Amino acid sequence: MALLLEVRDLHVRLGGSHVLQGVSFQVEEGGVTALLGRNGVGKTTTLRAILGLVPREGAVSLAGAPIEQEPTHRIVRRGIGYVPEDRDVFAGLTVRENLELAVRDGAPRYELVFGLFPELRERADQRAGTLSGGQQQMLAIARALLNPNRLLLIDEPTKGLAPALVTDVAAALERIAQTETALLVEQNLGVVRRVATSIVVLDQGRVVHTGSGADLDDDALVNRLLGAGHAT
Amino acid sequence: MSTFVLLTVTGLGLGAMYFLVASGLSLIYGLMGVLNFAHGSFLTVGAYAAWFTESKLGGISPVALRFLLASLVGLAAGAVFAVLVELILIRPLYLRHIEQVLVTVGLALATTALVQGIWGNDSRILATPRWFAGTTEVAGAHIPNDRWVDIGAALLLLAALKAFLRYTRYGLVIRAGVENRAMVTALGIDVRRAFTIVFAIGGVAAALAGVLSSVYFTSITPGRGTSLLIYAFIVVVIGRLGSLGGSAVASVVVGLAQQYVNYYSTGLGDLSVVLLLALVLLARPATLAGRTA
Repeated sequence: MALLLEVRDLHVRLGGSHVLQGVSFQVEEGGVTALLGRNGVGKTTTLRAILGLVPREGAVSLAGAPIEQEPTHRIVRRGIGYVPEDRDVFAGLTVRENLELAVRDGAPRYELVFGLFPELRERADQRAGTLSGGQQQMLAIARALLNPNRLLLIDEPTKGLAPALVTDVAAALERIAQTETALLVEQNLGVVRRVATSIVVLDQGRVVHTGSGADLDDDALVNRLLGAGHAT
Repeated sequence: MSTFVLLTVTGLGLGAMYFLVASGLSLIYGLMGVLNFAHGSFLTVGAYAAWFTESKLGGISPVALRFLLASLVGLAAGAVFAVLVELILIRPLYLRHIEQVLVTVGLALATTALVQGIWGNDSRILATPRWFAGTTEVAGAHIPNDRWVDIGAALLLLAALKAFLRYTRYGLVIRAGVENRAMVTALGIDVRRAFTIVFAIGGVAAALAGVLSSVYFTSITPGRGTSLLIYAFIVVVIGRLGSLGGSAVASVVVGLAQQYVNYYSTGLGDLSVVLLLALVLLARPATLAGRTA
C-alpha cells in the first residue's frame, strides 16, 4: 500500500508543557489506523498538530508533499476531513447550514451522509445546538464526509454517547472504512477492534508501539500499552 | 407631548449614529476578538474624504448630487482605509491582543493628529441638501429632517447586515467564525478573507456615521471619531460584545436615555449612559467576555 501520511519528529509545546516529544508514524492508504493511548498522552494534540491547529515543530507530509508550513485551511483542502473530539458543531447554525459550510470543491456527497444518518435530513432546519449529543456527533461526522477525502482524522467519535448510539457510530465507521483512509482516536477498544487495520500507541508524548490491528487481540500487550482493564 | 416626540426621534437619531459605529466594532470583536480602538479613525477618514471631495466639486449642482458623490467617496475611503488597517496592522498581530490594542490606540491618536496637521482644528462644514436642514411636523413636534436620514440609514444597514449574514456564503462563514473560528479553518475555509470583509463593512458603516455626523452635529472635527467611539464601545458592551442585534437595541436605549436625561435633568445625559453601563456590568458581569470565537 502507498504511504499517505508521514509524521516525523513532531513536537508540540502547550502552556509550558511538552505534550508531543518527537512523535513519528506513518499511515498507509486504505484502512483505518487507530491512534491509541491512555488519557492525556497527546492523541488529540497529534491530530490538531497534523492540521496545524496548534503550534508545532517537525515534519508532516501528505502523499509525499510537506504540509507543515501550510495554514490549516490549505492543509484541509488537500483532502483531509476532521471530526473533532468535542464535535464542535456550530450551535447557532442549522444542520443544513453546518453542512453547507463544510462544502469544499466539487459535488458535496449529501446522499452519502443522509444515507448514513437519515435523521440529519429530517432535522435539516433545526439548530445544531438543540440536537442531542448523538445527533451532534452524526453531524460532525457527516460534515467531514460531505467532501471526498484522502484522509479522515476522527477524534473519539463515541465519546459520551449512549451504548445504542455507540453501536450506530461504530457501524457508520465500518462503512466509512470501506472507502476512506482514516486516522482514528478512540478509547472504546470494542469499536477499534471492529475497524482498525493498524495501530499506533502513544505514551507520554512518544510513540511506544506500532503494529497491525490484530495486535489488539493480544491481551497482555494491550494491558501493557493501555493499562489494565482494556483487554477483554 | 411634542417635546417628548422630539426627544424620542432625536434620541433615535443619536442611537442610529451609535449603531453605525458600533455594528462594525461588534462584528470585528465577535469574529476576530479584536478591540479596535482605531475604529473612530474610519469615521474620521470617511468624513474628511467626503468633505474634501465635496469642496472640490463646486461646479456640480445640485447640492444633493454633490453630497451624494462626496458621501460615496467617503464610504469608499472608509472601506479602503479599514481594509489596509486589517491587512497591514492587524493581520501580523493575529492573536496578539495586547499588541493589537497598542497599535489601534496609536493609530487612533495618529489619525487625529494627522488630520489636525493637514486641516487644523477648525470645524469643517459639509454642504448638504436643503431638505436636511428643514423640519417635519409629527404630533406637533418639528423634527429635523436629517434625523430621519440617520434612522433610515441605520435601519438599512441593520437589514443589509442581517441579510448578508443570513443569505450569503461569507455571512455563513462569519456567523460560524463568531462561534468557533478554529473549526471554520478546519473545514478548509480561509477565515482571513472574512476578517477583511468584516473590516471593510465596519469601515463603510463608520464612514457613513462620519458623513451623517457632519449633518447631525452641523460640522466635522478631528476628534469626532474618538468621541463617538466612546459611546459606540459603551453600546457594544451593553449589547453584549459580538452581538449585532444586541448592539442595535443598546444603541436605541443609549440614544434615548441620553436625550431624555439631558432634557429632564439638565445635562446629565452622558452620566446616565455611564451609569447604565455600570448597571449592566454589575447585573451581568460576564458581558465583557462577549461572544467571540
